[in-house]
Amino acid sequence: MAGKTLYDKLWEMHEVKRRDDGSSLIYIDRHILHEVTSPQAFEGLRLAGRQPWRIDANIATPDHNVPTTKAERAGGINAIKDEVSRIQVQTLDDNCIDFGILQFPMNDIRQGIVHVIGPEQGATLPGMTIVCGDSHTSTHGAFGALAHGIGTSEVEHVLATQCLVAKKMKNMQVRVEGKLGAGVTAKDIVLAIIGKIGTAGGNGHALEFAGSAIRDLSMEGRMTICNMSIEAGARVGMVAVDEKTIEYVKGRPYAPKGADWDTAVALWETLVSDEDAHFDTVIEMRAEDIKPQVSWGTSPEMVLPVDANVPDPAKESDPVKKDSIERALKYMGLEANQAITDIKLDRVFIGSCTNSRIEDLRAAAEVAKGRKVADNIIQAMVVPGSGLVKKQAEEEGLDKIFIEAGFEWREPGCSMCLAMNPDKLGSGEHCASTSNRNFEGRQGNGGRTHLVSPAMAAAAAVTGHFVDVRELMQGAN
Amino acid sequence: MKAFTQHQGLVAPLDRANVDTDQIIPKQFLKSIKRTGFGENLFDEWRYLDEGQPGQDNSKRPVNTEFVLNQPRYQGASILLAQENFGCGSSREHAPWALDEYGFRAIIAPSFADIFYNNSFKNGLLPIILPQAAVDELMKLTVDNEGYQLTVDLAQQKVIRADGVSYDFEVDAFRKHCLLNGLDDIGLTLQDEDVIRSFEAGYKQKYPWLFGALTG
Ligand code: SF4
Repeated sequence: MAGKTLYDKLWEMHEVKRRDDGSSLIYIDRHILHEVTSPQAFEGLRLAGRQPWRIDANIATPDHNVPTTKAERAGGINAIKDEVSRIQVQTLDDNCIDFGILQFPMNDIRQGIVHVIGPEQGATLPGMTIVCGDSHTSTHGAFGALAHGIGTSEVEHVLATQCLVAKKMKNMQVRVEGKLGAGVTAKDIVLAIIGKIGTAGGNGHALEFAGSAIRDLSMEGRMTICNMSIEAGARVGMVAVDEKTIEYVKGRPYAPKGADWDTAVALWETLVSDEDAHFDTVIEMRAEDIKPQVSWGTSPEMVLPVDANVPDPAKESDPVKKDSIERALKYMGLEANQAITDIKLDRVFIGSCTNSRIEDLRAAAEVAKGRKVADNIIQAMVVPGSGLVKKQAEEEGLDKIFIEAGFEWREPGCSMCLAMNPDKLGSGEHCASTSNRNFEGRQGNGGRTHLVSPAMAAAAAVTGHFVDVRELMQGAN
Repeated sequence: MKAFTQHQGLVAPLDRANVDTDQIIPKQFLKSIKRTGFGENLFDEWRYLDEGQPGQDNSKRPVNTEFVLNQPRYQGASILLAQENFGCGSSREHAPWALDEYGFRAIIAPSFADIFYNNSFKNGLLPIILPQAAVDELMKLTVDNEGYQLTVDLAQQKVIRADGVSYDFEVDAFRKHCLLNGLDDIGLTLQDEDVIRSFEAGYKQKYPWLFGALTG
């Protein structure tokens, strides 16, 4: 019999019951809540007269709507200018108090983007099932956990039953072997993967990222990769546990301690795919082939190396693809065959659950250091993923480097990743963004998003257009 | 949840791939803490020429007459015909809420994004996967014939044309059962309360560190 994949093991560990129809009840260890997808679920609980099954499995923080300027944050929830945002943040606060759920409220130093705070606090642990009403929950899979996004009905279902009804998915392995070049990052790997397999490539699969290039990444790099599994169509992305995973978790506030720690580590060490495990699909890539990536269109699969030219629909024979290229070029205001490095930019956004951790900020700061944001850039902002990331960055003096270079240094939250708060693009504006989605209107009505790594975003900010960050790095040497 | 058994209705064609949830219901409308009120802003950026805001009077907004759902012939459509990877993007359940409230009961496409697919069933909206060739054929029939209707029969798992031709589709047995009977998922799961409790007790012994750490 073939061995088991990491996903098989996690699934077995949490399967409460297999039903006759082939679906299973899966036990959920950790449930993370935020203000946008939870209010209707709490309301549903109340209407049905139900109580949460296990309060201690839940953790909450507001992130999507919170303002990110110091001035607007200073007055607390009551000072949030947008009334509907304020009501949502207030509702999360009320619900957490009513039901006794642990919350890091808006101005708590531990507040931040759901997918940043879980790992940071040790609330995300290897071997867990982790869900959240947000599709980028796949981020937590970097810890050898089974983590995925759910809808509001499922948020209510997990609150009420501590379980989800699920069907086992297929196994897919994405192997990236070899050494990444200098200036090429986890973000470039994942964008290149999406460019290769497409935004539906992982549908119905649990993805495991493997290979020497993945092992070489830090935990934060692995989180960036798992974060964007959903952009490759997979709800779940994972990396097997190794020493780096265990080292990262050790000593975090909610990580196990004492004797529990040792038992936990013994289990965690088994959370790898067996040598002879069977994957339904295997994708292979070479790290050396990956260059810094830039998305040019309105879907994350519309991505190319920075030295490429945007595609020409005339060269596409498939009518559906041709049509989407034409539509995307029109929306993005680009000419067929135009060099990516000629795309003029208006704003730069460094942040989001993909790239707002300390290493991301360090990488951007390294490029920004001693340079100035170009004149044609209306705004370049850096939004740390949590209050603790912000504090750490300030201790390292990164805030000063950014401010000196002309970037805005903001309070933690989702911010311009989805522009539910006041941080948005104007219509027609091009933005170099470290976020994960470049859909039409994602960062503001009519806005044009280009997805890049933090180093590439900083390089774009200081030159005013896309540039291969490796050129700036050589210049600095 | 409302039941879905059989439905006959007007078909609207949305002939583009990778329609994402930001398109289905733009984020400014997610700020509501209610489950209703989203239908008016379904596909907001395509339906209107200006940027919509929650609570606005939509009758005063400039309409994008080119958008397919704004064409008079598709008014009252209840079956949406779409292309591959429909519903990709975020996990927002506001997307099926908006489609449902606008009046759609079923969506036919060659493929759906996983989370959207799942969320639809929980809201009495039936997502149907048909082969690309069948979708293309139906797309053409819909465009060529004004007032084109289809019948969806969930019990039989068939999409039936007026001329009698039909297409079979697959649907998971559990989801079908819930949808046919309009069953509430949570109630069903709680029938297994004892099974969950005994699993949990054994689980807690093995993995004690997973319990009790987070307290509010
Ligand atoms: S940062 Fe963006 S992608 Fe991540 S949780 Fe917030 S809105 Fe979603």
